[in-house]
Amino acid sequence: MDFLHQPWHWSIAGLIIGLTVPALLIVDNRRFGISMTLKHLCAMCVPMNIKFFDYDWKAYKWLFIFVIGTILGGFIGNVFFKNPESMVVAEQTKTFLANYGITDFSNLMPSEIFSVEEIFSLKGLVFLAIGGFLIGFGTRYADGCTSGHSIFGLATLQWPSLVATICFMIGGIFCTHFILPFILKTVMP
Amino acid sequence: MRSLLILLIGIIFGFTFVKGEIISWFRMVEMFQFTSFHMYGVIGTGVIVGIIAMQIIKRFDIRTLDGSPITYEKKKFTKGTVIGGLMFGLGWGITGACPGPIFVQIGSGFLAVVVTLLFAVFGTWVYGAVRDRLPH
Repeated sequence: MDFLHQPWHWSIAGLIIGLTVPALLIVDNRRFGISMTLKHLCAMCVPMNIKFFDYDWKAYKWLFIFVIGTILGGFIGNVFFKNPESMVVAEQTKTFLANYGITDFSNLMPSEIFSVEEIFSLKGLVFLAIGGFLIGFGTRYADGCTSGHSIFGLATLQWPSLVATICFMIGGIFCTHFILPFILKTVMP
Repeated sequence: MRSLLILLIGIIFGFTFVKGEIISWFRMVEMFQFTSFHMYGVIGTGVIVGIIAMQIIKRFDIRTLDGSPITYEKKKFTKGTVIGGLMFGLGWGITGACPGPIFVQIGSGFLAVVVTLLFAVFGTWVYGAVRDRLPH
């Protein structure tokens, strides 16, 4: 049972994520790609005569089932089998975050930023609203996210996915080094 | 039956995202600061396992459960691959989440992330609305 409570080594997590690609293909001939959920949600709820959302989203029922599964998996993993220990975070990153008052490493996300009480604050605006908007707009514009490009696309040796993955990384590295310190300085008391 | 299997794959996937700490904002900051190998190990292993699995499928002509050949659409390169990719990268750096982890984070009890999801859907919607005016 310890194995289900403790965090896993990267090789085990990577192995299972890699196996998701053939599993979805063999079970239902489905291409792995989670950001399409966002598009199907638009087509389902707010198509508003936009051509891009004018299609039968019900044909993609499988993805909703898959995503509901991931939500359940998250619930089981972090509620029933929650890691009782604090996260082990690299010293340098810990020091960087502590400079801005982020010191709670007891869960997977810092409570100082990602808590329900902060939704209507400046933190919520930046970390949830602006961040979320960039994810939704960017992944659709790039035609895929980390699952569709960086896992599925690379596993099937498609060069546009390599370009996309490099751009994801450049965006993330730039953000963490040059934008995140500014954001944290502004929003953290 | 197939739906049940997909649900099961989803559950295992979500559970792995928690246990591998892939949904952790801290792990993303580490990755982008190059202070930990963890996330590079996860993605690298995932890609290598995926490549090997796809090669096995090809070599041995492995079929789907109902016997049809395995097919998938290819990704096309556009200007959006770069511009959209960079935009998503910025969002990834801020939230520490890509679309998959957004759902798993919500399931894990981080209910504030519902707001991230709503704005991600909104971002996708705005893309759909202005798509014809963007360079592709």
